[in-house]
This record gives sequence, C-alpha cells and structure tokens, in this order.
Amino acid sequence: MSNYRIQGATGQWEVVIGLEVHAQVTSKAKLFSSASTEFGAEPNVQVSLIDAAMPGMLPVPNRECIRQAVRTGMAIEAEINKWSRFDRKNYFYADLPQGYQISQLYHPLVGEGQLLIEADEKAGIPEDKVIRIERIHVEQDAGKLMHDQHPTMSYVDLNRTGVALMEIVSRPDMTSPAEAGAYIRKLRSILRYVGSCDGNMEEGSMRADVNVSVRKVGDTELGTRTETKNVNSVRFVMQAIEHEAQRQVDVLEDGGKIVQETRLFDPNTGHTRSMRSKEDAHDYRYFPDPDLLPLALDDAFLEACRESLPELPDAKRARYTGELGLSEYNARELTAEVETFARFETLLAATAKGIGKPEKDVATQVANWSLSVAPGVIKALGDEADVSHATAERQASILDMQAKGEISGGQAKEIFEIVLKTGREPGEIADTEGLKQVSDTGAIEEAIDTIIANNADKVEEYRGGKDKLFGFFVGQTMKAMQGKANPQVVNQILKDKLG
Amino acid sequence: MTDLTELGVKAIRDGVAVGDFSAVEVAEAFNAAVADAAQLNAFIVATPDHALDAAKKVDADRAAGKELGTMAGVPIGMKDLFATKGVQTTAASHILEGFKPEYESTVSQKLWDAGAGMLGKLNLDQFAMGSSNETSYFGDVANPWRRNDGGNAKLAPGGSSGGSSAAVAGRIAPAATGTDTGGSIRQPAAFTGIAGIKPTYGRCSRWGIVAFASSLDQAGPMARSVEDCAIMLEAMAGFDPKDSTSLELDVPAWSANLNADLSGKRVGIPKEYRMDGTDEDILKSWEDGIAWLKDAGAEVVEISLPHTKYALPAYYIVAPAEASSNLARYDGVRYGLRDLPDGAGLQDMYAATRAEGFGDEVKRRILIGTYVLSAGFYDAYYTQAMKIRTLVQSDFEQAWEKCDFVLAPTTPTAAFALGDKTSDPLAMYLNDVFAVPASLAGLPAMSVPAGLNKDGLPLGLQIVGPAFDEQAVLNAGLAIEQRAGFTAKPEKWW
Repeated sequence: MSNYRIQGATGQWEVVIGLEVHAQVTSKAKLFSSASTEFGAEPNVQVSLIDAAMPGMLPVPNRECIRQAVRTGMAIEAEINKWSRFDRKNYFYADLPQGYQISQLYHPLVGEGQLLIEADEKAGIPEDKVIRIERIHVEQDAGKLMHDQHPTMSYVDLNRTGVALMEIVSRPDMTSPAEAGAYIRKLRSILRYVGSCDGNMEEGSMRADVNVSVRKVGDTELGTRTETKNVNSVRFVMQAIEHEAQRQVDVLEDGGKIVQETRLFDPNTGHTRSMRSKEDAHDYRYFPDPDLLPLALDDAFLEACRESLPELPDAKRARYTGELGLSEYNARELTAEVETFARFETLLAATAKGIGKPEKDVATQVANWSLSVAPGVIKALGDEADVSHATAERQASILDMQAKGEISGGQAKEIFEIVLKTGREPGEIADTEGLKQVSDTGAIEEAIDTIIANNADKVEEYRGGKDKLFGFFVGQTMKAMQGKANPQVVNQILKDKLG
Repeated sequence: MTDLTELGVKAIRDGVAVGDFSAVEVAEAFNAAVADAAQLNAFIVATPDHALDAAKKVDADRAAGKELGTMAGVPIGMKDLFATKGVQTTAASHILEGFKPEYESTVSQKLWDAGAGMLGKLNLDQFAMGSSNETSYFGDVANPWRRNDGGNAKLAPGGSSGGSSAAVAGRIAPAATGTDTGGSIRQPAAFTGIAGIKPTYGRCSRWGIVAFASSLDQAGPMARSVEDCAIMLEAMAGFDPKDSTSLELDVPAWSANLNADLSGKRVGIPKEYRMDGTDEDILKSWEDGIAWLKDAGAEVVEISLPHTKYALPAYYIVAPAEASSNLARYDGVRYGLRDLPDGAGLQDMYAATRAEGFGDEVKRRILIGTYVLSAGFYDAYYTQAMKIRTLVQSDFEQAWEKCDFVLAPTTPTAAFALGDKTSDPLAMYLNDVFAVPASLAGLPAMSVPAGLNKDGLPLGLQIVGPAFDEQAVLNAGLAIEQRAGFTAKPEKWW
C-alpha cells in the first residue's frame, strides 16, 4: 500500500487511480484500410476511401493489428478471447468521417491481465505491486482538427483517422501518482519489448485517460471519479493526478460533492478543468458493427503469436540477477529500455567471446561499463562524441584489453574517448598512443628498487609494522611508471621486495 | 427486323455473338427507349455513351475473334445505389446530389468486365428506404402497368428498386441491378411482372453500394426471365476481399444447371403466411403456384415458420438501427451537400445539411434507429429484435428438414396507386411482410410473375431457399415460369 496521503482539515485522504492507456499499434497500415500510418506526413495524404468514409466503403480488419494486440495481451499475461467483435461507437465530430468509431465494447479482444510495478522507496513505492488490467480492446483513432489555418474555419487532417489503437484499461489499483507513473513506464516498456507500440508519447503514440477519485483513509467505498482525457506524458499524468486529487479533497472538505465528469489537463498550468459533465455525456449508441464478422482466432494463430514473443522485462530482470549475477540496480536499469538491454546483450556477447569466458563471468564488468563508464565518457565529450563509432566490437575490444590487464580503467576511458572522436580501432590506439599498462616486471622492479633506495626511512617504518605505508609505495611506483604499470604486478613486486 | 427492346439478356447476348445484330444496334435501341420514357422517371441520369462505348468494344472484340463475356452486348440499368466511377451516384437523395465517385462498385465493375454497358442510373427510394419509389428526391417512378379500369391512375412500381422494375417491365432495359434489404428486389419485381432474385447474403459484394442496412443489404438482378436472372447473377456474384461479409465461395453455374424438373423435391407451404388482409387474387395465385410445382414433380408439404409475425417489427428495428449509423457519414464535411448558414458552427452545419439533404422517410428511419439504440432502450428494442432475427433463422433451419424450398406470395397486394400509402408509413411497411423473413435470415429468395389479377395487374410468387442454394430457388422459379406462361406486358402509354 502506498503511503501517499492528502492532509485535509477533517483528516487524511487517499487517492484511487485507474488508467486507460491508448497505445498506437505498430503497423504499416491502418486498422481497417491500407493507408499508411507513418508520422509526420503532409495533411490528408494518408487517407483511403475507407478512412474518408466515402459512400459504400467497407472496413476490412488488418491482421497485423490484431496480431500485435494479441501479443500485447499475452505479454501482460492476459486471457485472449478467441471470439471477439467490433462495435460502433456513434457520435458526430468533424474528425470522425464515418460518424462512428469502430471499437470493441461488448466483446474485447483481450480480457483480464496484469503487470508488476517494482518497489522504489525513493519514489514512494515501498514494495512490488501487481496492477490488474481489465481488458485491451482495439479501435480506430480519429483525425485531427486544425484551428490555425483559416480565420473563421477549422480544417481537418485525416491522416491519423483509422489508425489502430489498443485501449489498455487498468483496474483502479493505483494509489499514488508515483504508482501511476511506474505503471505507465512499465506498460510502455512491455509494449516496446513486444514491438506492438513505439511508446512515443511526444508523437501521440501513447496517451492516457486518467480516472481519479479520493476517499478518507479507511473507507472501503470508492468516491465519485473524474476522467481527465488525453494526457500525453508520464510527468503530466502524475501532475494531473496530484492536482485532481487535491482539488477533489478541497471540494469535499468544503462540503461539496464531486461531479462525475470529463476533464482536460492543461500542461501549462498543471491543472485540470471541466470539459463536460455526465449529464452532457454522449449517448454513443454502441451496437455490433454489421460490416464486420466476429473475430475468431484459431489455435495456430495464437500459438504463432506466443512463439513470437521476446523475453519480457520481468523475466529478463530475473535472468540478469540470477544467471548473470548482476545487482538489482544494474538489472533494473539495463532492462528498462529496449535499446539499453539490446546494446548490453550485444556487448556482453562480444566481450565474453573476445575474452573466452562465459557471459556470467564478464557480465558485471560489461554492466558497469554500459551503465556508468561509457555513458560518463559520452556525456563528458558532449558534441565531440560520435556514438556511431562506439560499435559493440570496439567496446568489447576495450573491455577485453582491460580484463587481460593490458590497460587500466583510466586507459580504457581514454581509449574510448578517442574511439568516439575518431572511430579508430582500440588496439591501434593503445599501441600508438602509449595507452598500455606496463606488466614488464623488469621495468617495474627497477623503479621499485630506486624508490626503496631513496626512501630507506619509510621502508624501515613499514617493516616496523606501519602497514598503511604500502599505499605510499604503490603511489610512488605508479608515479614513476607514469601511471602505466599494471597495479597487480606492482603490488606483487612491492610485497616481495618489502618483505 | 426484331424489336431489339423486346429482347432479354440471353437473347441479346446470343444474338450479338452470332451476329444477328450488333451490340451498338442494341445499345442505340435501348438508349432511344430511355430517352422516350421520361414520363416513367425511371432514370435519374441517362448514360448513353457508357452503353455505346461498351457495345463498341463488344463489337470490336467479336470482330477480332476474341472471347465475349457472359453479358457481352447487354446494356443494363444500374440502380443509383451503386457507385459508378465518374457518374453521379445519389442514392436518390439531395444530400448526394452531384456526387461523382472516383471508384466503381465491385458489382458494377464485374458487370462491365462481363461485357455489359450502362444505360443510366436508375431511380429508387431514397437510400433504398421505401416500398413504392415515392421517397426519391428525384421524383416518383411510375409503374408501366395500369389498371384495366380505364382510370389511368399512376401506380407505384414498388420499391426500393422502383426505377429498375419500371425500366425492365417497360422494355427500356433488358435487365437492371437491384438491391434488396427487406424486399427491395422482390416486391418491385412482383409489382411490375418481372423476375428478380436476392441471393444469399454475402454472394454479391457490398463494396461500393451505398449502405442502408449492412447486415441485410444484398444486390441482385432484375430481368424478365429466370434464366436472364441466373446469367446476370453469375456475373454479379463472387468473393470480394474488400467486403468482410463476402462469401468465400465459388460462383456456381446457375444458368447452365437450370432444371425445371422438380421430381423428388419438396416445396414447403408456410401456414403463417396466410394472413388476414391478404388479397383474394394473391391467395389464388399462390394456389396456382402450388399446382404448378406439383405438376413439375414437387411434393407439397405444409410447414410452420412460427416467428413470421415478429419478423416485420424486428426488421423495422434492425434496419433503421443500422441505417441511423450508416447515414452518419453524410455530414456536409467531405462530399455531397453542405449547408453552412452564416456564422454557423459545426453542429449548425450538421443540422442544416442533414435537414436539407435527407427526405422525410430517411429522417423517420434515422430517428427510429437512433431511438432503438439509445441507452435505456437498446435492450428492449435492438437486443430483442436480434433475438427474433435468430428465431426467424432457426424457423427456416427447421423448415429445411422438411422441404427443399418455400413457396409464398411476394406481396400482400398488387401494385397500389402512387400517393395511396404515403400518409401511412405502417401500411407502407406492411408491404414487405412476406419479403422480410428471408432478408432477416439472409436466404436466397426470388419473385417470378404468376399472372394478372382482376385489375389486369401482375402478381408475383416468391420462392425462398436454403442458404447458398440459389439453384433450388432458380429451378423452382423456372418451373413456375414455364407453367404460368406469363406473356402479358404493359401497354406503352409514356
């Protein structure tokens, strides 16, 4: 249970949150037409006769969109309904050419599922929590009105009309803005793992309708909820919840009542405002779309969907901590984003192969490199870094040299810097730039002999029991070797010579 | 010289093929008949060039020794519910006046591919809503038939395919396309003494046909013989991936397999179709039909279709419900009529455009449909109606255990006078009482001429068959056609 509370004059309130996330299905064509779904095209160039609702046009379901929604359902461990149906949601608006949206009210494609949000003390999520998902249904997106093209008229762009969306409806299981944020991030991560949605909230590929109600701590009945529409970032979702929960508490503390209504979030103020109340709500007159047959999925199709699923975030994280022996922190960071784990796994494989050890033996080294060393170097270089130079082979080669003791950690960074700037090969850099450790015992012994001779008093003290002085000798040796001596070799020789 | 306009589909096709006359001669004869028949108001627009161009191509193909299509050289009328590329397509409404699609409906394209040409776009009830062709924005269509009482009252050609029936009966077209949602092919065929078949739901693609009620709409041919219907239906039917409800079945060779010998077949006579108020002459023609089918070798069995009386009310819930949604796209935003009063907002534009663009009957059905789908009424109306639909379907399923097809009247009366029923929508709706059950069940059904009543007006008999068995329907139709000897034709008065 989250400890998120709102203090009112009459006591403490808790908040109850449910989210409806609209995720654009990754597919070249629209849900019921062959028009392109690519983002950023000129207005009204990706509009088929069907999208424009010309007389006599008929929808034909796009198998790929259905497949992606089914795979998504499987990824949240949901029941897949082998029989589902499309319904029409009827309302008039200029961005809706048909005068109805084809959606699924009565028999959605995907039933009950769930996802796990992880404990995050700092964010106020004390423990792992399962958020139940009620359903996923597939539906058409609407077009876009443009109000800035003409002084007295609005224009409409139908490029987005008919693009496939998954509406992913959670149960009201979240009790803090942080949990809602974690839910969306986790959902986004799963969608991106599965490849069913690019999760790009800036381009509108993911938007959330946020249902919020409040109740006194200890109450069991849900309060009246409001629905804030079309919130398009994780931060805004959290802001909208904070603001809306506080507003509801203020209303209730003042003896008022919450009106069940639809609200809008204003990203500029972080506030929500009323859009329409339940009384003005549309009567959508849902009924089964008579242009479409029910969707019947056979076992072979479902099996193919299941087999196409990649390793999902939770399983991957468990494997990273279990098989690879990574820390919880590293595992979580590496599995959060598709790009991150993909880079990590490529580098891990290349490094293990290069060094000739099992992956688990080099995983921590590669994880540290991937999560902190490499990003640190890239960040420090800023515009000078060309990350396209940082191929897995080059990074693996650096890690390989480091593991073999040929270069130090510092040298690894320096070599990586040069790689990023120039695209040169790490081995060649190490050789020509003198970025190699000296493991040659002769040179090191020589240096140590000189230091011992020059510091007879300190040697005396050390031998007399002042162990701390060992560091002094290491420092002196490294200095004499201009930092290029292999520290392990230095330690060994020093120990031998100091006795 | 043969009067070419007296010829039907097969006679024209075969005559063109053997060189008795050219396709161009046929097209010219019918183009002239169209031009001469303005009083019937069967056409919204004539397209003589389309007919001529198609004919020229057929003649050229023949001269070049190419294989000719199954409709080669046959100029037909196209109900103005089918989208025709570059040719105004209105559904007989003001809201689509001037609309010229950039696409061709699947069915019309198939007909052109088979060598047919288009004489013009045929009048109909607005959005196919009506049983008398009196709801068209482009005016009533007159039935070529008149009563033998010398009164010369103009009669309804039936509806909604009233332009089609009038044109075919009046020898203005050898055949025409129709669409049937709740009897719109069969009832006008019966009213004008011609044949028409609505195939199994899904046989003909709905792609490019202006939708009325999607789960019921089916295209079919209207012609003057059963064989002509079979030939033309073969050209119209076939799987279309652009229509999700299209049947993925091969098109049988219905015309080649026509067989009027009904030995071993059982004809079901549904007792529930003996309704009060059914015309005496209609009942007599039904008896005639039973006798003819017996004569053709069929065994007569009485059957029961117990939910028949609920079919019409259910139809008048389901069809308007779908229509109310299907017609939402006519909003003045993208095509067709736009009425944008000064200073109007979006809602005002919708209201003004739709008030101006839709006729009274269309508005009535949109209102009914909107009502029955509304929150609080949906279960009481729509859900109940869909249950009845299932029961009507199961009535037929049980009937097929006892018989191979059903014989019934097509309509409760012969053609009525224009204006007779326009003030009483319910009386108008009752005209579809015998036609609607087969529509709700999605079954193939046809009307064939059975004779004349005492007023000298044609009557139709209806045959309904099991799903996918158009052949049974056509064969029974042929048996009746051969025995009815219906050769009467309307005297030309236009």
